[in-house]
Amino acid sequence: MLAVLVVTILFTGLAGLLAYSGQRLNIETKPITESINSLLPQTQCGQCGYPGCRPYAEAISKQEADINRCPPGGEETVRSLAELLGLEFKPLDEAHGIAKPPQVAFIDEERCIGCTLCIQACPVDAIIGASRLMHTIITAECTGCELCIPPCPVDCIDLLAIPNTPANWRSPSPEKSAC
Amino acid sequence: MLSLERFFGGLFLDGNKRVSTQTPIRDMPLSQRLMIPLVQRNGLEAHELLPIGSRVLKGTAIGGGSNPMDPWILAPTSGYLKAIEQYTLPHPSGLSGKTWVLEPDGLDEPIHLPALKHYHTLTTEALINRIEQAGITGLGGAAFPTAAKFKSPLNAIDTLIINGAECEPYITCDEALMKERPDLILQGAYIAAHLLKATQCLIALENDKYDAIGAVTTALNAHKNRTIELVKVPSIYPVGGEKQLIKTITGREVPSGGIPADIGILCINVGTCAAIARAVLCGEPLHSRIVTVTGQGVLNPQNVKVHFGTPLADVIAFCGGYTEKATQLILGGPMMGFSVSTDEIPIAHNVNTLLIAGSKEIRDREQPSSPCIRCGDCATVCPMQLTPQQMYWYVKSDQLDRAVDYHLSDCIECGSCDVVCPSHIPLTQFFRSGKTQLKLKEHGLQMAERARLRFEDRQVRLDASEREKAAALLQRKTKLEQGTNPEIQQAIERAKHKRAEKLKQVAPIPPQLNSGSED
Repeated sequence: MLAVLVVTILFTGLAGLLAYSGQRLNIETKPITESINSLLPQTQCGQCGYPGCRPYAEAISKQEADINRCPPGGEETVRSLAELLGLEFKPLDEAHGIAKPPQVAFIDEERCIGCTLCIQACPVDAIIGASRLMHTIITAECTGCELCIPPCPVDCIDLLAIPNTPANWRSPSPEKSAC
Repeated sequence: MLSLERFFGGLFLDGNKRVSTQTPIRDMPLSQRLMIPLVQRNGLEAHELLPIGSRVLKGTAIGGGSNPMDPWILAPTSGYLKAIEQYTLPHPSGLSGKTWVLEPDGLDEPIHLPALKHYHTLTTEALINRIEQAGITGLGGAAFPTAAKFKSPLNAIDTLIINGAECEPYITCDEALMKERPDLILQGAYIAAHLLKATQCLIALENDKYDAIGAVTTALNAHKNRTIELVKVPSIYPVGGEKQLIKTITGREVPSGGIPADIGILCINVGTCAAIARAVLCGEPLHSRIVTVTGQGVLNPQNVKVHFGTPLADVIAFCGGYTEKATQLILGGPMMGFSVSTDEIPIAHNVNTLLIAGSKEIRDREQPSSPCIRCGDCATVCPMQLTPQQMYWYVKSDQLDRAVDYHLSDCIECGSCDVVCPSHIPLTQFFRSGKTQLKLKEHGLQMAERARLRFEDRQVRLDASEREKAAALLQRKTKLEQGTNPEIQQAIERAKHKRAEKLKQVAPIPPQLNSGSED
């Protein structure tokens, strides 16, 4: 009888301790969609077939979409997604586009007619301008998603490679084969 | 006398300093054209503040604005801004950037900055303002904006260290300054100590710089109220590194990823001190610096005082030109400097040395390397107590996260590991590369976060306007269907009334209107 009592008290106590520590030491985990979204490059280009990075992240978390549909993120993003989700790495699905070096949109202001179509298309509000007035790109905010190109009726938007400056210069790695 | 500690690792290197200290500092005359890069410390392009053709005075702000921390870029002498050109920058990338071409008029007319002789009576803000106005950045090599350095840790500094430990071989510009103008350095130190309300001020020199120690001691003895203490530190490379110097003098360690101000210490270079003294006591903006021109490849190695913007070619010509031995031009010393492929580069705040090396004079950085044998020699000399052999492995295989676990970001790029590596692996270059990759990655993440916020904000805005539109449509529809809108009812009533009135007026008119026209 005593043994039963001791074991009951002991177990109840331990269960209480466990419940308390579970409450107290609870680690806030990010929802999986958030974690996936934070690994995506936020270009918002829609090449994955979803209207932006968050919808794609939601689709991945529901296992509706594969992890290799993000060309701006390239293989690095696929790799980090695979690591996060415990999946096998797979090469980029070229049906959704190929990886390109970072670029930024540029409006030829001479040719712009002020139709505002690109402003409506820009997913990150990086174009300023008004109806029948010249538009221009806020270069620092442009993600180079190319979504402004198709709607432009006068084809005055170009995507330019980001120029090399000391700010984005990468110190070269010594020749790897030599070592 | 303080008891000194020994920092971990380090090397005893052959100084090669005598070649450039045989003659006093010479003032170099102004060049025909000064090239002032419009690039800020963060690498971003600065805005040009004046139109082409403007006349400027020594100390006029001619560029800046893209990095709020940096002081304005000042004209080093009076003259005319002739053009903006693309010119090679004094940067390891070898890239060119937007550069002002300033044609001096020879008058060297300065802007008016009143001399603040009684700085004791001034507030800290006023002194920091002056330091900012005078365009002072650190002259030790990193060119960190001095005003920003002073601003952040106000009231937290107990020890000010004046760094005269110039440990890298060949470099002697600080030593020359300490020998010739110790008074100026001490005055600058007093101003900085007053500004920071530091309780202790130490000036650190290497114990083998006898002439400089003598000059500084004499200058210290000349001051009645002696609050600055001279500390002789052993000449071990890299004792002049901020963290190593702090460890040696105070025994305190700067935390990983932190700055000296975190432990109540601030370090400034002796050249910066002299610049502070000139700016405060004479109202003189920072317009020139002392540059060591040395190596087997130059005819007369010496220290020269050069205006910012002077092309390297002119400086080398002033020192007698190249010798036949010249093979490599390095900005900085043999350990931390970077080689450049042209001498059409301007002198900037960070260029303390032009090393024109002969063949085999310095360690060949390009020599073929062998595989790492994991001897661990690099770890025994690393002054930051890192494990270069591990970091090298991870950087080489693009596992930056792992390299960060081994504190890649704490590497000070001193080059000690390169010197001792029996396999001649260019370790420091791997770490430099890894560190810039990390920086770019971090920048990319920040930009992605901005884009995410902008995308989500836009989504919220679009949803809201969509909802508004739908609600308005619904309201209109229901009102029409119910027919209860009083305004519409009233309008209909009014229209009916008007029509009735009109009909009444029209009725009495006789129908023979047409007959008149038939006449």
